[in-house]
Amino acid sequence: MPELTYREALREALREEMQRDDRVILMGEEVGSFGGSYKVSQGLVEEFGDRRIIDTPIAEEGIIGAGIGAAMTGLRPVCEIMTINFLLVGIDQLVNNAAKIPYMFNGHARVPLVVRTPSGAGHQLSCQHSQVLEVWCAYVPGMYVVAPGTPADAKGMLKTAIRDDNPILFVENVLLYNESGEVPAGEHLVPLGQAVVRRKGSDVTLVTYSRMVGVTLQAAERLAGDGIDAEVVDLRSLRPLDIETVLGSVRKTNRAAFVEEGWRSYGVGAEIAAQIQELAFDDLDHPVERIAGKEVPLPYATNLEAAATPSVDGIVERVTGMVEGRRPVAASA
Amino acid sequence: MVQQAEKTATKGGRPRIHESADELRHAHYLMVMIRRFEEKAFEMYTRAKIGGYCHLNIGEEAAVVGAVMPMRENDWIISYYREHGHILARGTEPAAVMAELYGRETGVAGGRGGSMHLFDAERRFLGGYGIVGGQMPLAIGTGLSSKYRQTDEVTLCFTADGATNIGSFHESMNMIGLWKLPVVMYLVNNQYGMGMAVARASAITDLWRKADGYGIPSERVDGMDFFAVKRAMEQARERAARGDGPSLVESNTYRYRGHSVADAGRSYRTAEEIQEWRERDPIGQFEKVVLEAGLLSEDDFHENELAADRVVGEAVEFADQSPQPALDTLYEHLYVADS
Ligand SMILES: Cc1ncc(C[n+]2csc(CCOP(=O)(O)OP(=O)(O)O)c2C)c(N)n1
Ligand SMILES: [Mg+2]
Repeated sequence: MPELTYREALREALREEMQRDDRVILMGEEVGSFGGSYKVSQGLVEEFGDRRIIDTPIAEEGIIGAGIGAAMTGLRPVCEIMTINFLLVGIDQLVNNAAKIPYMFNGHARVPLVVRTPSGAGHQLSCQHSQVLEVWCAYVPGMYVVAPGTPADAKGMLKTAIRDDNPILFVENVLLYNESGEVPAGEHLVPLGQAVVRRKGSDVTLVTYSRMVGVTLQAAERLAGDGIDAEVVDLRSLRPLDIETVLGSVRKTNRAAFVEEGWRSYGVGAEIAAQIQELAFDDLDHPVERIAGKEVPLPYATNLEAAATPSVDGIVERVTGMVEGRRPVAASA
Repeated sequence: MVQQAEKTATKGGRPRIHESADELRHAHYLMVMIRRFEEKAFEMYTRAKIGGYCHLNIGEEAAVVGAVMPMRENDWIISYYREHGHILARGTEPAAVMAELYGRETGVAGGRGGSMHLFDAERRFLGGYGIVGGQMPLAIGTGLSSKYRQTDEVTLCFTADGATNIGSFHESMNMIGLWKLPVVMYLVNNQYGMGMAVARASAITDLWRKADGYGIPSERVDGMDFFAVKRAMEQARERAARGDGPSLVESNTYRYRGHSVADAGRSYRTAEEIQEWRERDPIGQFEKVVLEAGLLSEDDFHENELAADRVVGEAVEFADQSPQPALDTLYEHLYVADS
C-alpha cells in the first residue's frame, strides 16, 4: 500500500471524487493557486481549473451559504474553512440552514454539502487559533460531524462524505497534515458512523478521536511497559455515533476513559461517559474518566501551552490511577 | 454630495509640512525603529525564539506611523494581528512587545497572547485580534461609549483590504455611519489578503468607495507617503472629535515580506512588482522630502538608526533574559477575581 501524508490522502480523495463527478466543486479561501492554507488542494486548480476550484474572499458566512445554495440546486460542494476558529463566523449557515433545511421542509430539499476544516492547536497559534469546536456542531441534530485520525480514514471518509446526501462537517487537524500512513489506492470508502478498535487490550478502554488517537496509542504503549493493557477505540465519527463499539470494549475491560484535545466540561467525553453509564453501568469497575485540555483559552507561551494540552504523560498518569483505583477529581476552574 | 467632494482618489501636490523638526525626527525614528524591530522579529522567528503566526509591517511604516501619530492620548486604538508597528508607534516599550513575541512573563500580555494579541491599557491600545473582521465591531462600541460619556475621544480602528469583504466590516460601517460615531476606520490596503490580490477578492477595487453605502466620507491616500497619510488622518480625527462623525481613510501600501513569516510571499506576485513598491520606500521617501526641505540632516537619520538598533537590541536582550510565565498562573485572569 502506498504511504501518504494525511494531507496527500485528503487531496487524493478530492481529486478522485472530482474526476468521478463533475458536480463536485471545492470553494474556500486560498484553495486555488495558493493550494490551500494547509496545502491540501495544491495542484488541483491546475488540474480542474478555476471553474471547479474556486477561490473566495474572506467571507465564511458567504462560503458556507454558497455551499448550501449550490447543494440545493444540484452541485456537491466541498467548502474549505481555513480553520475551525473561522467557522464561527459562518456557523449560522451551518446550524440554522444546512442542518435544518431537509427536516424543516419535510424532505423536499437536500443539502449534500461537505464543510472541511482543521481543528485543534498548532504550535503557539494562541487562543483565537487553537480551538477544538467540532463538539458545537455534533450537538446539532441534522448534520454529521466526522473526524478521521489517520491518512487512510482521511481519504476513505472524505470520499464517502462527498457522496453522502447530508450536510457534513469534516474535521481535520492542524497537526495531522504531515503525519503519514498507508492509504489504499483508488476506490477506498470508509463508512461514516463506524468506530474502530486501534489497539486491543484488556485492562482499560481509551476512547478518543482525531489527533488524540496517535497520542493515546503512544500512551498505551507506555502503559503496556508498566503492565497495563489498554484498548484504544477511535470514534472517527461524532455523529452518527457508534456507541456499540465503545460498549463492546467497555464490557470487556470494565474501565473507560475518554481522551480529547478540547475542553472537558460539556465536551465529547461528557456525552460518551453519559452513554457508557446509561448503557453499561453494571459493567463498570470505575467511574468513566475524561482526560482533556485544561479549561482556559490556549495561551501562547510554550510552557503554558504544553501544560494546557493533553499529553502522553498526562494520559499515562491518569490511566495508571484508574487501574490502581484512584478516583477522579473535579476539573479546575 | 459633500462626501463626494471630499474624495480625492490620488492626491496631486504633496501636502505642506507643518511638523516641527522634533516631530519629524520622532516620526523618522518610529519608522526606522519599526522596520528594525520587524527585521529582528523575522530573524528571531527563524531562530525559533518566536512561534505561532508572525505578521510584519515592513513596507507599511508610513501607513502605520502616519496614522497613529495624529491620535491624542485619550483616543482609542483597535487593531488586527499585523500590529507590532501599530503598538510601537503608540509608544509602547519595544522590550515589552518583543518579550510578548517571545512568550515571556514581561510581555505586554504576559506571554499569553503573542504576536497577534498585543495590548496596552495605559496607552489605550485595545488589542490585536486574530479573526479577520473581529476588531471592527468593537469600534462601534468604543465610539458609542466615547459619545455616551460626552468626551472628545476618537477611535482609530485599523482594518485591511481583505477584511472589507467580511460581513463584520459592513455591519460596523453601517452602525458607525448610522449613529455618527467618533470613529476613524483606517484601511491598510497592502494589495493582498494572504495570496489574494484585491481585484480577485473584492467586487470593486476602489475600497474607499465602500464607505459610500454607509454615508461615511472617505478618501484614498498614498500609504507610502507619511505626510499624505498624516494629513488625511489629522482631518479625519478632527472631524470625529468635533462631533461631525466617522470617516474612512484607505492607505495604499505594500508588505514587502510574505503574509506571515512562514510565507515567502513570492508565489502570487512578481519580483518586479515588489521592486516597484520598494522603489517608493516610505522611509526613503520621507528622508528625501525632509532633506530637501532642509528640516532634518543625514546626521539626524543616522542618529535615529543607531538609536533604533540599540533599542531593538536591548529589546531582544530583555526578551531573552525574561522568564516564561509561571505554570501556576495558567488559570489567572480567566475570570475577574476581585469583582
Ligand atoms: C475569519 C477569518 N478567516 C480567515 C482567516 C485567515 N487569515 C488571516 S489573515 C488573512 C488575510 C487578511 O488580509 P487583509 O485583511 O488584507 O490583511 P493583511 O493580512 O493583508 O494585513 C486571512 C485569510 C482569519 N484569520 N479569520
Ligand atoms: Mg491585505
